[in-house]
Amino acid sequence: MSGAEPFPSAAPERDPHPGPDPEGNDRAMELGIAHLLRAGVTLSALVVLAGGVLYLLQGRHVTPDYRHFHGVTTPLARTLGSVLRGARARDGASVIELGLLLLIATPIARVLLAAVGFLRERDRLYFGISLLVMAILLYSLLFDR
Amino acid sequence: MNQVEFSLWIAVSSVLAGLLGALTGLGGGVVIVPVLTILFHVDIHYAIGASLVSVIATSSGAAAAYVREGFSNIRIGMFLEIATTLGALLGAYLTARISGHAIGIVFGLVLLYSAWATVRSRADESTPRAIKRSDLAERLRLSGDYPAPRADEGTQQDGAASTGAKIAYSAENVPAGFGLMFAAGTLSGLLGIGSGAVKVLAMDQAMKLPFKVSTTTSNFMIGVTAAASAGIYLSRGYILPGLAMPVMLGVLGGSLLGARLLVRMQVHTLRILFSIVIVMLGLEMIYSAMRGSL
Repeated sequence: MSGAEPFPSAAPERDPHPGPDPEGNDRAMELGIAHLLRAGVTLSALVVLAGGVLYLLQGRHVTPDYRHFHGVTTPLARTLGSVLRGARARDGASVIELGLLLLIATPIARVLLAAVGFLRERDRLYFGISLLVMAILLYSLLFDR
Repeated sequence: MNQVEFSLWIAVSSVLAGLLGALTGLGGGVVIVPVLTILFHVDIHYAIGASLVSVIATSSGAAAAYVREGFSNIRIGMFLEIATTLGALLGAYLTARISGHAIGIVFGLVLLYSAWATVRSRADESTPRAIKRSDLAERLRLSGDYPAPRADEGTQQDGAASTGAKIAYSAENVPAGFGLMFAAGTLSGLLGIGSGAVKVLAMDQAMKLPFKVSTTTSNFMIGVTAAASAGIYLSRGYILPGLAMPVMLGVLGGSLLGARLLVRMQVHTLRILFSIVIVMLGLEMIYSAMRGSL
């Protein structure tokens, strides 16, 4: 009996890499999305608030004319450049716009995160659907009409 | 009125709009646009630009909570977002091409519909619907389950996922739901609102999804839908920082407050009262648009 192991080897360890578990991954994805959305909204609200304080302090003490529409078409790429430049110079309006851009980016990041989640689950159908939604969003952001 | 006073008044009105939007379940956007145009005489394009921004903020904030509780269905949401984002592109395209008066009239009609949808009797949550098999829904995996309500629901907010009891559901009438979602997206892009009322119509009435799943998944989709038209609004100059700032912060604050009040308030009577306010805003909007003062 001497050759026998004194104890039976411990219960087989749990497989550290379990196979695809759609349920569990879905839950993890949901929690990730919840965190992302909350963080995005909080961050953008704080940036908008900071920009708002600057904006009012830098006050031009007249109310801008909101009654009449004078839209100017500026491609987003150019807007992005001038917003970043303005925000660095602590221009209140630019900081507000930076916060608004962060806000708009939040749901887009959510689609991206879901796409990654579906890819991990090897859910090709929903990976494709997420990419399609992403493509529509990018089209709306990048193409000037 | 100087810039500081103006911002303050806009912020206060936005808090009230956010509160009203949360308590009626309509969202702040549908309330703030008539307030800005009728009370503050803001051009409707700027009003819907500011509203759209606030819609992204409130819906993303609320979605974070619903997703964590396990009510929103991410697959159904993602699939239907194809329809809503395409619709939003069309809506934002139309906004630039039709007159402010026409936008005002459509907006007024949507307000009237939303008020009606709010008071209409709610789906009975206690009896789960029988699941009908739908090939398309099965292939697209448009099904799921949600935490069953408990006796003490309302007092506990965080334990929804821990009780274990789940109610299963599956979508029906997928093409009809998809079509309605396209319409909801178009309205969202055209009017700068979340158009939650139409989204819930698509999921609750057409696709026969449980009411709680419909409302939370609809809310989950609003941010992405709005983001699709926000890019167009931005590049067209509809989103003015000085106006969007108090509107976004105010509506966000008001709806957070409203969500807290909802947990401990009996809202049915309030809902009818608020619907009357919404009807009046809708009628005023149509009247102003027709008179040409919008």
